Amino acid sequence: MEPHDPSPRLDAFTVDLRDVLDRNVASLYSHLVTRPTGRAVRLAIESQLRELGLPALSLVDLSSVAILDYSCADEVVAKLLLARRSPSAPHREVFFVFHGVREHHREPILEVLERHRLAAVTRAHDAGRDFELLGTVAPEEARIWARLQLLRRVPAPRIEEAFPDPTERLTLEGLAHRGLIFRHPTRGDLHALSSLL
Amino acid sequence: MRVVEVPDTLDYRSVDRLLASVEAAEGDRALLDARHLRWVDPVGMIGLLGAARVLRDRSGALPRLQPPESSVVSGYLTRMGFFEAATDLMETPPIRRRGGGDSDVLLELTTIAENHDVHAVVDRVQERAGAILSRTLRYPPSAVIQFAVILSEVCQNILEHADAPGWVAAQSYNWSRRLGRHVLILAVGDLGRGFKGSLASRHSSRFGERWSDATALEAAFIHGLTRFPDQGRGQGIQQMRKQVRRWDGVIAVRSGTARIADVPDWEDLPPLETNLPPMPGAQITILLPERLPEEGR
Repeated sequence: MEPHDPSPRLDAFTVDLRDVLDRNVASLYSHLVTRPTGRAVRLAIESQLRELGLPALSLVDLSSVAILDYSCADEVVAKLLLARRSPSAPHREVFFVFHGVREHHREPILEVLERHRLAAVTRAHDAGRDFELLGTVAPEEARIWARLQLLRRVPAPRIEEAFPDPTERLTLEGLAHRGLIFRHPTRGDLHALSSLL
Repeated sequence: MRVVEVPDTLDYRSVDRLLASVEAAEGDRALLDARHLRWVDPVGMIGLLGAARVLRDRSGALPRLQPPESSVVSGYLTRMGFFEAATDLMETPPIRRRGGGDSDVLLELTTIAENHDVHAVVDRVQERAGAILSRTLRYPPSAVIQFAVILSEVCQNILEHADAPGWVAAQSYNWSRRLGRHVLILAVGDLGRGFKGSLASRHSSRFGERWSDATALEAAFIHGLTRFPDQGRGQGIQQMRKQVRRWDGVIAVRSGTARIADVPDWEDLPPLETNLPPMPGAQITILLPERLPEEGR
């Protein structure tokens, strides 16, 4: 990476769940329903993530998923994020953005995130809809995340200026730890995940 | 041969009468006398299959079904695929098998034995459910997807907890006299180990002597407990309850000798019943009423 290049080079990886479903589960399944189906899709995604250099950004695309039930949401969204917590997980440094989230996906996703006290960065399917933080998020986390979302990227030397309150910077640390924002591993710059797409 | 009389109405309210008759019938091979059957819904059909299983296991011989005299009822049972589902559970007279064409049935009695069956049911029901939910029940268009999710979760309950195959069936009815509205009835049942059996190894010790069909149902239905240690499990029933409540519907779970239910104002089922006649496995009943014009869309 060039010393003055502001954009970190994350391995970017788009997962179209429709493709994963077709290739790894069974082409006749047209919906993300049942736990075994969700598990098979998650394992396929994890297998592909093992090929990536770390850190990496994975865009999980739900645009073409018509029906998503709670069991599948638990496997494909919650368990994928939970695995980041494990030190042995192959994708602990993978950042996820769930893209193409339709209205009827929101409830299953929200439910499973809250059940596991997780949060995820999502982007709605509808045109004009922006990025959103879904799940278990404290009001302060939501506020700080939204501010970084507006700023998109804050170089390390300007973090104190952008977030003058020490508790805000502590909150940023927490968000980075949860994979909801990205901190450049060497330069320390902060990035909203949307700025990396 | 012992005669077990099938009530003339066999639905979610009267199925316990059939099970009580089954409990009382002992000994030899049984005759399930359904000649006077005038009305049957998906819950009644699955209840009849359960009754046959109990009789078969008790006597070691397939009970014989005396079919309804009413050609309307027999025709309906045929269209719903009842006689095919009953093949291994009772001896039925030769009945013309259902054709492959379209019918007014929302979802025929369909066996759920593996993951693939759930996908097939969700796929199959969508088109028919769309018309019934939007035109007949006046639900918003998004209800089709929410109904499919409920269907998926309720069928998975069989696969994850019963350790035995089960059935699902659905049909809408015009309850003009009873409620003045259309109602969709979704029934899922299995002949597996029931909620008490499924939860016993993991949860019975904390209940001690209180452990029963009723406490097992409360644990699963109210507290979302399952036999799996995984925190992500147990959401299915909770989410179904939430959605059914939004639609002002009934959701009832019957297992062993107990039934637990969420009941809206228009229905008078007790929230918890115990000491019911025993039934094998578990049965989940969902009633979704037509939305009243003043409830909006």
